[in-house]
Amino acid sequence: MVILLLLGMFSLFSLMAVGGAVTLIAEMHHFVVESHGWMSSAEFASLFAIAQAAPGPNVLVVSLIGWKVAGLAGAMAATVGMCGPSSVLSYHVARLWLRLHDSHWRRAIERALAPLTIGLVAGSAWLMSGAANEGRPTGWLLCALVTALAWRTSIHPLWLLAAGALAGVAGWV
Amino acid sequence: MEKSLVTPTRKELFAGFFAIGLSGFGGVLPLAHRKLVQDRRWLDDAQFSELLGLGQILPGPNILNMSVAIGSRFHGVAGALLAVAGLMLAPMVIVLALAAMYEHYRQLPYVQGALHGLASAAAGLLAAMCLRLAWKMERHWQCLTLALMMFVAVGVLRWPMLPVLLLLAPVSLWLARGRLKGEGAW
Repeated sequence: MVILLLLGMFSLFSLMAVGGAVTLIAEMHHFVVESHGWMSSAEFASLFAIAQAAPGPNVLVVSLIGWKVAGLAGAMAATVGMCGPSSVLSYHVARLWLRLHDSHWRRAIERALAPLTIGLVAGSAWLMSGAANEGRPTGWLLCALVTALAWRTSIHPLWLLAAGALAGVAGWV
Repeated sequence: MEKSLVTPTRKELFAGFFAIGLSGFGGVLPLAHRKLVQDRRWLDDAQFSELLGLGQILPGPNILNMSVAIGSRFHGVAGALLAVAGLMLAPMVIVLALAAMYEHYRQLPYVQGALHGLASAAAGLLAAMCLRLAWKMERHWQCLTLALMMFVAVGVLRWPMLPVLLLLAPVSLWLARGRLKGEGAW
């Protein structure tokens, strides 16, 4: 039952994820933490962190959520749900898209989606900072530091994650 | 340096995306460009950015949409499946193994500490990504307003995303069309 719910819900998410899986973080949080209480907000933040620290596409956070809720079958259901519908769509749209090449509509769609995507990513960032740093002032400090460094410098994200983990092991956050 | 493009076999398609999946940390897009365009020459720059544009417009993970488009371009449905499987297989095994380890050792204080630090840093990376995107956004009050509305509705008020998106997307499209018209580009 839970497996079907995961599959169905993430299939729906799949078609809503304009601008990639990160734009959905707030929505997924809503679904698994607030509506169903499958995990705490902090656990959600941990899963997101593990997915970020591992190689591969960011969408893998979905596999972790499924795994946390219902084990391996849950991971498969969530991943297939998240990747299936959008892949089928892009398979069919790809040819059409390449033919649209210089159409007005194509440019209009690109420019229309950009601000919405940014708003969604901002919402996700807002939510994840809250979930990751709640009640830990030094966590906010580390978060702000990483934000500034990742934004203004070209340090590889992996180093920043490693530094964050080390600071955590040292008991600073 | 115009070099001729290469058409990958099915095996190469899988192997190529397998390598991309394994080597990308914190997002695989920059790496995909290097592998697909520079190293393997399956696509040229223009084709890559065109497919990236498509990947960004369609719902779903960008890199996944690109894999489907690239795989199907060379080998139809089989190519799309091989590209996606190559991309996802190894990272999924790794991430689940990491999560299982975390579940097993989470009681240890330094594992908890590491996860706290990791989570804070990961949230910071997400915020930085948002800032970078916002910096590149079209400088127009309409874009700023739309982005803010989306942020407040979904992030702060926690409204469900689907109705908000269904409401804002047509408005945004209409406004974008107006801006294009204003520039004489319609």
